[in-house]
Amino acid sequence: MSRFAPIQIPKIKSPSIRDGYRYGFSMPTDRYEFMSRPGLSKRVVEEISFYKHEPMWMREFRLSALGIFQAKPTPIWGGNLGTINYDAIHYYLRPTTGLKRRWEDVPVEIKRTFDRLGIPEAERKALSGVKAQYDSEVVYGSLRKLLQKQGIVFLSMDEGLREHPDLVRQHFGKLIPPADNKFSALNSAVWSGGSFVYVPKGVTVQLPLQAYFRINAPNAGQFERTLIIADEGSSVHYIEGCTAPAYSSESLHSAVVEIFVKKGARVQYTTVQNWYKTVYNLVTKRAWVEEEGEMVWTDFNMGSKLTMKYPSFFLAGKGARGETLSMAMAGAGQHQDTGSKAIHLAPHTTSTIVSKSVSRGGGRTSYRGLVSISPQARGSKSKVVCDALLLDPESRSDTYPTNRILCSDVSLAHEATVSKIGEEQLFYLMSRGLNEEAASKMIVSGFVEPLIKKLPLEYAIEMNRLIDLEMEGSVG
Amino acid sequence: MLVVKNLHVSVEGKPILKGVDLVVRPGEIHAIMGPNGSGKSTLAYTLMGHPAYDVEKKIITTNKPINTNKYQCKIMLDGKDLLHKTPDERARAGLFLAFQYPVSIEGISVQNFLRQATQTLGLQPKNGVLKFRQKLLHEVKRLGIPEELLRRSLNEGFSGGEKKRLEILQMAVLRPKYAVLDETDSGLDVDALKVVADGVNRMMAKNKTLGIILITHYQRLLRFIKPDVVHVMIDGRIVKSGGRELARELEREGYRKFLISH
Repeated sequence: MSRFAPIQIPKIKSPSIRDGYRYGFSMPTDRYEFMSRPGLSKRVVEEISFYKHEPMWMREFRLSALGIFQAKPTPIWGGNLGTINYDAIHYYLRPTTGLKRRWEDVPVEIKRTFDRLGIPEAERKALSGVKAQYDSEVVYGSLRKLLQKQGIVFLSMDEGLREHPDLVRQHFGKLIPPADNKFSALNSAVWSGGSFVYVPKGVTVQLPLQAYFRINAPNAGQFERTLIIADEGSSVHYIEGCTAPAYSSESLHSAVVEIFVKKGARVQYTTVQNWYKTVYNLVTKRAWVEEEGEMVWTDFNMGSKLTMKYPSFFLAGKGARGETLSMAMAGAGQHQDTGSKAIHLAPHTTSTIVSKSVSRGGGRTSYRGLVSISPQARGSKSKVVCDALLLDPESRSDTYPTNRILCSDVSLAHEATVSKIGEEQLFYLMSRGLNEEAASKMIVSGFVEPLIKKLPLEYAIEMNRLIDLEMEGSVG
Repeated sequence: MLVVKNLHVSVEGKPILKGVDLVVRPGEIHAIMGPNGSGKSTLAYTLMGHPAYDVEKKIITTNKPINTNKYQCKIMLDGKDLLHKTPDERARAGLFLAFQYPVSIEGISVQNFLRQATQTLGLQPKNGVLKFRQKLLHEVKRLGIPEELLRRSLNEGFSGGEKKRLEILQMAVLRPKYAVLDETDSGLDVDALKVVADGVNRMMAKNKTLGIILITHYQRLLRFIKPDVVHVMIDGRIVKSGGRELARELEREGYRKFLISH
């Protein structure tokens, strides 16, 4: 009950929107050409590789990763991972349609799902390339000729493996080996879909490359795998947005993203994560940045039941820069365990990590970060700022920073604040006529505004809309 | 008409206002003066509906069984009850509070905030955003507010004077029926005081029915804004009301006389 209402009139609760998928739809999913039986085994992994007509080395890679996955214990830090039932998950789904290039060829119900998400038709005209992942296979991708003319490769990972086998083999799994953690091992064993991007030397990709991923089958595990190689002096912005419809059973999303930023190149990788609130989102993202290169992670987490994700960068060349802008919002039943890792390996490297989190309705956010500066990284700078906003006393926020500094000639700054949504701020805005919900929304959107404005305009609008949606019914 | 009747208010269990009665008619300016801690700001916050101020809705003033008086407390604006309303409902009913210490809110620009507030109050002119902006810029100029302030986060890093001017700007834009100015003069130099007072006087001239409650510790503001009625508040009660001459008397003799007689 609002503390601003002197008279307590019991409110009639409208049916909780949390009971169903927020956008209120999901499409029939019985039209799969192939659906692996639930559970994980050597046979399932072999089947996936067989259906994809993969080269032998990839089959071996998958099988060895499976062994690592099975041998590794479940992490006991971060969120509660004990409730994942690996045996109930379908590890591979192949919709009947296969890969389509032209929008006209995309089946009606899949199109309708995209339309309901408000995504493609308008945007695909304006934007350079849209790839959307419908379950495990890329079914729709529209690529502008411009990309190809400049020599830019923007394919699904499966296509990339077929068309650029050497480039893939040279980089795949090199930055995040299967043994890195239990979930990178799982992804390596059963990966499907994701993007493969190569930007040639000196080429700037003018418009952001976008990919939409979604899960649309019960117990559909989604294990996409993305590899981005930005050659010397090139520049690219890759955007990944997620949304998933409702299912009562829990889903697992475990992606691996590897990015190679060569000398003087720049890569920005933006994620808008809005998985449905039953999804486990366990993602490993890492970038290798060479001399004078720059990597920017813009990582926005709104959805999922539990997210554990710490986009990281290895600043491997002199003067390399890394930046993470992380925003997390946790409502009832959600835990966003996010942060970033900055590994300084070379002199005069710079890292900046800005994290903002909002917890409400008993939700939990954690900032987990690492700044590691090696002995040879003299003259390096690192700055970490994490701000948390708590909307009510039931919510929780924690900060777990780790600094490992093995060089004395460095500059290191760490700021952390936790603020409660101020009664005085609410009162001030309400005294100007805004109701409590509108006032809370205004305070929250002001809090995250410095990060939102780093997004391209249409994403900024989408983010603000998502935040508004999340805040609805938060008062009362 | 703004009517306050038998207002008892406590904060964290401590009684602050001990029965305040006040009637402000349209077009009147009432000054409420009193020493620190007399309850002036409590009155301002209570009128606007701050949740930390507990209004005792029914007061039994005597324990004699026969003569039990139940004094009903009231806050009414033009016949509408405000006491049971949230701050935003009070604002929509036409009440405004110029804060003594306006809070800052990061990431929300002054102009966006004003736009949303005027929309909420249904005050956007029919011919739209452009006209609203023209009006806003006009008002900004007259109040001596730097235009770039409109693009900055609400009150963040503003000087004391800028904050106070912005409160008056909001009052001009939100066009209330009744406004409470809580120590708007504090922390202002004479020049700023004049600008702020001019702003208030302009609004009074434009809107003849605007009623104002000026809360002030000093009487210097009353050189620039002429009150119709002056009230002296001591220890949670209005102990004396009178015309402008009362303010002059206070200046000459201070509050001591009232403190003793009280």
